[in-house]
Amino acid sequence: MDGITPAAGRRILPAGPGKVVGRGVARIEDGPLLRGEGRFAADVNFSRQLHMRVVRAELAHARLLRVDASAARAMPGVVAVWTAEDVAEIPPIPFRATKVRGLEPYCQPVLARDRLRYVGEPVAVVFAEDAYRAEDAAEMVVVEAEELPVLLDATAPPAEFASGLDTEPTVVRKEYGEVGAAFRAAHAVIELELSVGRHSGVPLETRGAIARYDASSDVLELHGTAKKQHWNRDEIARLLGRPPNGVHLFEGHVGGGFGVRGELYPEDLLVCAAALRLRRSIKWIEDRREHFVATNHSREQHHRIRAAVDAEGRLLAIDDVFFHDQGAYVRTHGARVADLAAGMLPGPYRLPAYRVAGHFRLTNKTPAATYRAPGRFETTFVRERLMDAVANRLGLDPVEVRRRNLVAAAEMPFARPLDTLGTDIILDSGDYEGLLDKALARFGWDAMQEELAARRATGECVGAGLAFFVEKSGLGPSDGVRVSIDATGAVELVSGAASVGQGVETVLAQICAEALGVDYARIRVVRGRTDRIEFGNGAHASRVTVMSGSATWEAALAVREMALETAGTLLQLSPSELTIAEGVVCRADGPAGPSVTLAEVARRMGPNAPEMRGRTPGLTAERWFWSDHMVYPYGVHLAQLRIDRGTGAVTVERYLVANDIGRAINPVLVEGQIRGGFAQGLGGALFEEFRYDPQGQPLSTTFADYLIPTIAEMPVVDVLIAEDAPSPLNPLGVKGAGEGGTNAVGAAVAAAVDDALRRPGAVTSLPILPAQVRRMLDGAA
Amino acid sequence: MKPAPFAYHDPRSIEEVLELLASLDNARLLAGGQSLMPMLNMRVAFPDHLIDLNRVEGLTGIAEEGGSIRIGAMTRQRDIEESALVRARLPLLAEALSHVGHRQTRNRGTIGGSLCNLDPSAELVAVATALDAVLEVQGPAGMRELSIHDFPTGFMTPALAPEEMLTAIRLPLPPARHGAAFTEFARRHGDYAIVSAAALLVIEGSRIARASLTLGGLGAGPLRLRNAEAMLVGEAPSEAAFGAAAAECAGIEAMSDPQAPAWYRRRLSAVLTRRALETAAARAAV
Amino acid sequence: MSDAMHDFTLTVNGQAYAIRVEARRTLADALREDCGLTGTHLGCEHGVCGACTVLMDGQPVRACLLFAVQAEGRAIRTVEGLAEGGALNPLQRAFAENHALQCGYCTPGFLMLGTAILETDPSISDEALVEALSSNLCRCTGYANIARAIRAAADAMSTEGAT
Repeated sequence: MDGITPAAGRRILPAGPGKVVGRGVARIEDGPLLRGEGRFAADVNFSRQLHMRVVRAELAHARLLRVDASAARAMPGVVAVWTAEDVAEIPPIPFRATKVRGLEPYCQPVLARDRLRYVGEPVAVVFAEDAYRAEDAAEMVVVEAEELPVLLDATAPPAEFASGLDTEPTVVRKEYGEVGAAFRAAHAVIELELSVGRHSGVPLETRGAIARYDASSDVLELHGTAKKQHWNRDEIARLLGRPPNGVHLFEGHVGGGFGVRGELYPEDLLVCAAALRLRRSIKWIEDRREHFVATNHSREQHHRIRAAVDAEGRLLAIDDVFFHDQGAYVRTHGARVADLAAGMLPGPYRLPAYRVAGHFRLTNKTPAATYRAPGRFETTFVRERLMDAVANRLGLDPVEVRRRNLVAAAEMPFARPLDTLGTDIILDSGDYEGLLDKALARFGWDAMQEELAARRATGECVGAGLAFFVEKSGLGPSDGVRVSIDATGAVELVSGAASVGQGVETVLAQICAEALGVDYARIRVVRGRTDRIEFGNGAHASRVTVMSGSATWEAALAVREMALETAGTLLQLSPSELTIAEGVVCRADGPAGPSVTLAEVARRMGPNAPEMRGRTPGLTAERWFWSDHMVYPYGVHLAQLRIDRGTGAVTVERYLVANDIGRAINPVLVEGQIRGGFAQGLGGALFEEFRYDPQGQPLSTTFADYLIPTIAEMPVVDVLIAEDAPSPLNPLGVKGAGEGGTNAVGAAVAAAVDDALRRPGAVTSLPILPAQVRRMLDGAA
Repeated sequence: MKPAPFAYHDPRSIEEVLELLASLDNARLLAGGQSLMPMLNMRVAFPDHLIDLNRVEGLTGIAEEGGSIRIGAMTRQRDIEESALVRARLPLLAEALSHVGHRQTRNRGTIGGSLCNLDPSAELVAVATALDAVLEVQGPAGMRELSIHDFPTGFMTPALAPEEMLTAIRLPLPPARHGAAFTEFARRHGDYAIVSAAALLVIEGSRIARASLTLGGLGAGPLRLRNAEAMLVGEAPSEAAFGAAAAECAGIEAMSDPQAPAWYRRRLSAVLTRRALETAAARAAV
Repeated sequence: MSDAMHDFTLTVNGQAYAIRVEARRTLADALREDCGLTGTHLGCEHGVCGACTVLMDGQPVRACLLFAVQAEGRAIRTVEGLAEGGALNPLQRAFAENHALQCGYCTPGFLMLGTAILETDPSISDEALVEALSSNLCRCTGYANIARAIRAAADAMSTEGAT
């Protein structure tokens, strides 16, 4: 078993567009969202609810001396104010599965105990009758603290975190091949120092958590959840000392996830604990300024990378040391982003030897975790900067140097002696060079070079760049889906997945409809609810279409088989002579002849049907899909841009994302993912950064300081969706499409800026700010 | 981000406003709210009393009066931007307004509110300075006039006593045949500018007869480049003359903040000055 | 005095809502909490993101930058008023047909902004459309489909108007 060869007997989704799969059909989610009838966290209300307001640290590092809540407690409408003493029994927020040991002492308490470690850290919480009064009272809570020296630079020597612990909880190390020998034998060694700025998902909806305790049934409910309901349910239950079956999480609409929503944060536990203790529903809605300091940051890394190459520009070895700025605590992801960075850095290239040491370090900033293409946006920037530097050193064309190093289609599946997220890295399928050629042709790369040269001759500062990337998606181990048809013929699909607004319902409904022969638009898709399905691994890491999509396919096929069998009995035909079309079982060779509706079939399989005596009734099936390996989508980004010589402003004029995702269940939605992902990548490349002053005070706490691209900053983006390399690892052939639009934007824009400046290697950090470019122009002159 | 409590006052006349201002402690005037409301929501402004000007009579309108255009303090930015009179006679103002926030915020934002908020980057303050605006201020002692050049007294601090209010602004009309340009640099479209430049040229024969050059975003108030203006008068509009004027920016004072260091603001000043002058000259020539 | 409550009527989508609120209550909160119209979303509460855009007397405004008391006597329109008898209106349909929404959080703001554009300037130039839409943030779509949807709705309405 290599884990890559598909299991025998599995029914594979045939290539090409199906009845509904492979088509850009309209989303089933849109109606309520367009009518203003969505149910986002802030839209959830319960009678007699209290509003929670968090009092947050205003110093980046301090010894906490005293919290005086007496004035706040005396305010009208205030029911309770809690400090660390009131929640002493709640353990710190844990992290999910990680191989890295020793991170526990670095986890975050729900309320700060004796130290304040970042501006924004929860110190106390106020519970009041309305949100305005809760905020009034929170202002009256007095926090006395003694300032301590701040640590803001992850490349600086580690300092003390607590007695006997320093601010480097771990170093992520991976290595294979003869790295030392490769460098000794190298034709050339290229060294770079590169960094990526701190930025993050910043969804338009801030976080929210609404807890309700139903004493009549002893069930604690948490609403406003996202992404990882089942894991969060289990942990909330454990941390609050309740059985998991007495805790239920509900997902309504989620206003964007991008990695940051749906992790377990202090506020989730606080509303739950308060609902249990105060016997009132508790509502907390994060405000935007809180969001900027409280919700996970991401991305900040500094790399010192060296490559050994031969005379033809082929990589012999890479040796990378990087510093990962984790912020003040280790949150739910553990060291995952650093691990992904270390594992995914080699990308699409053949690399005989590799050594990486990722220094996972704490600083006095907001804790960091995953953001769309975590560890890949960063390392694609680093790796592709390196490839450009190799090309420059050896006088090669940047396209050519990549061609020489890309893993060939014939080498697939390509195993690297590396792992990430606890899975071995086996690039499952791909024709990297084929996609590169397609992308260059689509962009008109060669003709564009002539055009750029002509524009340069007239004094314009224009350039182009490219970057190749490999994504990862479909993280296992499992996901289940239950498909049921009721006595009216209505189809319901219950999934352990979640939705953060990316179109999960539509995609799962399309797959279900394709297998079953019903109208996709009439399938009810249930997700993100722990009361409807016992297990689930949620929506993250571009896993839903791969994992839950495959489980949907298999559950729907199972229901189909059951329906055909029962219908065969009714129609006195063999199931193999039958098919299902528009919800009616009929002869496969033509619409004429006997038929029976799925509703009738379901009735015949109901609990009161004599035929079902002694069997489990219902036209329903639950199927689980298991996977030991991730699947690896890949692609190329091409950028053309101009620089205003006066101001240093960069304007991206034209952009192409070419992305092979194996199989596009809904090409319109895939394109939407890629375009939206690109906008976020552009933010990280040119606009977005969480900045701090020397005292650790955050400088980016409003939308006027943290600059998300508007429509005016968006170039024309062309999207090339390729399906050349379906994954052999799942019956649909799909690979995730959520992160390829973001992954290589920083890298491609950096290359294009270099090209415009005619200064190879000029860009060494992201975001690329106009003032820096202005400086580079001075240097170039 | 919910505002702290305050007492709300909803007067209908200027007299009522003045009475309220005279009798209340820690009162603030609420105009279009596009800057004050965020400050209230973020609780960085804590007035005990909020006096809403939105229903006060006699504070709106755009009219030509004795060689000036007079604009009521509560006139919406969008109404000014779309005014045929403003477009015909003060195109510089219309152009600057297109950079003020967004269409949506200009529907509420007022000229008086922007002037009194006195953000260092505010386009309207820069244009008022470029046009030598006169402000009409009313207080317990009646009306007084104030030059825009005397208006900023510190960072976001206008020269208004607590019991006074701005009621109108008068913008002296330049000769019908003039050329003007407003240009700015912001990281994103619609953001407050890091630096803005306003230029106005009157060209008689082949020589510059009058020049006005103003930079915004460098400090508490806009900066009139008087030296550069003097250098330009009498010169032919030329690349050399504009280059020399722009070169004056090398020595100006500029603030440093997280958005931009001082050196970069100076560089932008020179670039934008030259661009504004070139555009203004081209328009003057038409 | 600071806790004084204000009793007045808000007119939203042609319907009168008698509410009793503190002066400091924003229009956005009054719509959501006092009128039960939660389709208007809060994305920043400091006037940058545009998610709370509603129409006041036909003009798009940010509901987080107005106090509810200021909207007395004005005609407010929100996303809930767009569908005609349960059926999506042409702009809403265009959003669905052009995949102009993903998570849907910014959508009500863009729909109201788009409504104002269609009503005041249906033949808006591409440049002016970009300028108008740049007042609102979307974190999911990359914007192109939003602009396309508004353009499609404008075209659909002009075709309808011509027949």
